Amino acid sequence: MRFSSYQTEGYYDELFDPDGRPRPHARLLVETIEKLSEGHLLRYKHAAERLLLEMGITFNVYGDSAGAERIFPFDLVPRIISAADWDHIERGLKQRIHTLNAFIDDIYHDQNILKDGVIPAEVVLSASSYRRQCQGLKPPWGVWCHVTGTDLVRDRDGQYYVLEDNLRVPSGVSYVLENREVLKRIFPGVFEGLPVRPVNEYPSQLLETLESLAPAGTDSPCVVLLTPGIYNSAYFEHSFLAQQMGIQLVEGRDLVVANGEVFMRTTKGLERVHVIYRRVDDDFLDPEVFRNDSLLGVPGLMAAYREGRVSLANAPGNGVADDKVIYAYVPEMIRYYDGSDPILPNVPTYLCWRDTDRCHVLANLEKLVVKSANESGGYGMLVGPHSTAAQREEFAAKIQTNPRNFIAQPTLGLSRVPTIIDDHFEGRHVDLRPYVLCGREIYVLPGGLTRVAMRKGSLVVNSSQGGGSKDTWVLAHDLEEPTA
Amino acid sequence: MMLHSKPLLSRVADSVYWLSRYIERAENVARFIDVNHNLMLDLPHDFTGQWQPIIDTTGDRAIFLERYGTATRRNVVHFLAFDPEYRNSIYSCLVAARENARSVRETISSEMWEQINSLYLLITEERRKPVPENLPAFCHAVRMGCHLFSGLSHGTMSHNEAWQFIALARRLERADKTTRLLDVKYFILLPSPTDVGTPYDDIQWAAVLKSVSGFEMYRKKFGRISPDRIIEFLVLDNDFPRSVRYCIGLADQALHAITGTPRGEFSCASEQKLGMLRSELDYTRVEAILSSGLHEFFDALQTKMNKIDECVFGDFFAQRPVGARAGVGR
Repeated sequence: MRFSSYQTEGYYDELFDPDGRPRPHARLLVETIEKLSEGHLLRYKHAAERLLLEMGITFNVYGDSAGAERIFPFDLVPRIISAADWDHIERGLKQRIHTLNAFIDDIYHDQNILKDGVIPAEVVLSASSYRRQCQGLKPPWGVWCHVTGTDLVRDRDGQYYVLEDNLRVPSGVSYVLENREVLKRIFPGVFEGLPVRPVNEYPSQLLETLESLAPAGTDSPCVVLLTPGIYNSAYFEHSFLAQQMGIQLVEGRDLVVANGEVFMRTTKGLERVHVIYRRVDDDFLDPEVFRNDSLLGVPGLMAAYREGRVSLANAPGNGVADDKVIYAYVPEMIRYYDGSDPILPNVPTYLCWRDTDRCHVLANLEKLVVKSANESGGYGMLVGPHSTAAQREEFAAKIQTNPRNFIAQPTLGLSRVPTIIDDHFEGRHVDLRPYVLCGREIYVLPGGLTRVAMRKGSLVVNSSQGGGSKDTWVLAHDLEEPTA
Repeated sequence: MMLHSKPLLSRVADSVYWLSRYIERAENVARFIDVNHNLMLDLPHDFTGQWQPIIDTTGDRAIFLERYGTATRRNVVHFLAFDPEYRNSIYSCLVAARENARSVRETISSEMWEQINSLYLLITEERRKPVPENLPAFCHAVRMGCHLFSGLSHGTMSHNEAWQFIALARRLERADKTTRLLDVKYFILLPSPTDVGTPYDDIQWAAVLKSVSGFEMYRKKFGRISPDRIIEFLVLDNDFPRSVRYCIGLADQALHAITGTPRGEFSCASEQKLGMLRSELDYTRVEAILSSGLHEFFDALQTKMNKIDECVFGDFFAQRPVGARAGVGR
């Protein structure tokens, strides 16, 4: 397979410059792929798909027939990030996570940022992810976002923007690790000569972060991962991470609160639990405090948490900073708490609760992307340029009924990466979700998940909407330009 | 006591126990079909009614009759191998084993998970075909796949508490299947002790032994085919891995490894019942079993094994109220 007929079509391409020449960091990769004899790459592709199926790396699709599992499509052509770009991203992410933690801690304590009028109080207190029950809580180190999966996108100008923060229960990191394993097994030659940074230290880093949260005085803390169970779309990831960290994977029914402490039910009786990496939403944690119709939760869990007898990661209530309206204020927050300008800018965002913004949004629906403040997974979203008149009318009505719940952003020309389509390469739009761990220190996993919108022209990369993924390479140092 | 080992969740113990039983069950069913298919090719046409007995060994005759009526080869193979509505079909067993494995993927090794997953892919592919292209090859693939799973569990997973539950389940399931097979076959082949039988009896008895992979090992030990020696071999032999006594002995060993109680003592109901059954089998003779009635013996054996299974559930898997201690290890 050759790149000779590959077109960048005016988008920022991660591997090729606008004149169709490989970028310096991609030159070796392009050579390696072009050196393969005809048909090889497609054979690798089928081998990779078979391997994913045999390894059972699948996800469940909601609303599909019972038990339907699919593999998450994996494209063999990696996305490469230069060392210089990564340095910029990493600094930007650390600044942002630091700020978001400061903001959440402030909101659940003194609310100085509201008193100082930097963000209107009603915007924060009306967020459906704001949890009154968390007021006054003091999680260890004042950290509320232990695991974050920030979504970054690159526009036509090549600039990185933050699209979403994903603070609650971000998923996808297992695919980062498995994609790398699959590529190493199927096509090891592709790594040759390139200083690609490894990703497999993530489980140890995560375990260290979780152990650092243990209640004071605990010698060897018992850390568990709480999953909603095997029918959850991210179940593979839950079991994978538990296995990699060597910790117990528990469901709500395995846990019980007694004498203000949390225990798990074992074959030899009850065993104390100190730290819970919970992969269930706030609403399903504790029926005594949140949704009382939930069967998944553990009654009494929040009381034990409030007393500091157990730690929860991520901290309940942190979703307040994940609201897409509050997202728009993050640059202000960075200036307020950090005293510096944001290193990674936001995508310009119109807030429909502001009259002028709403008028602009309603008049320009066919150009904008409209999102609900609290949905994820590509649901509750209108991509203006790809929408029908009926869909626009439906969204206009929704916006007018509940303006607080909607934001709009310009349609970005997301960057692209060459992707195997049938028997040739075509450009497909991608985003990037790096993973950030925050305990006493902040750790950023080099790279992250590159999601690909597999359908031609599509900008929606979510797995639930037919997206795929790529291995993401961060180079340890940038390669010299070859001298002519 | 297993020091430094992580505690095992009751739910996880329950799941590994069942995943192991289902894999063993699938292997047994595949072997029964395979041997019976092979036997039919050796017998004259008037013996073609011989598909009914393997339905009887499952104990689910009524379900079969209601759904399929006559026991033709096609009906029986579909029922036992592919029927998703029948919970003991190979298909249902492998699906259930995989569901259980999925929920304990972090407890078992990746190799074990991948092996269960490839068995699942095998059966789902085969099921899409209107009729199996090559029945013996399919049965062989299922059997080898199940053996590979138990080999992998032996070689890639720590022999910790969860592993002991896998071992316990495999032996209880295996003892159950051997018992059922003998109970049905003995009475078909030997309606009364004075019957002379047909010239095909040797072939049929050999098939019984092959159904539990025991033909060659029996030959080495006893040589001539004799129904009483076959019973002795499959119930009381001390070395053959599918004899009831051998399975119960290993199950007993696994249960003691789980509780940490020395053998010969007990700390919970399942341990007591299993120990009693073990010593009964250790200290009896085949003549005593035969003279007191083989069918009665098998019936009692089934009842005891069902009771043990119930006690294992109560002792280790059941959700106990907070405050109640587990009945184990003290």
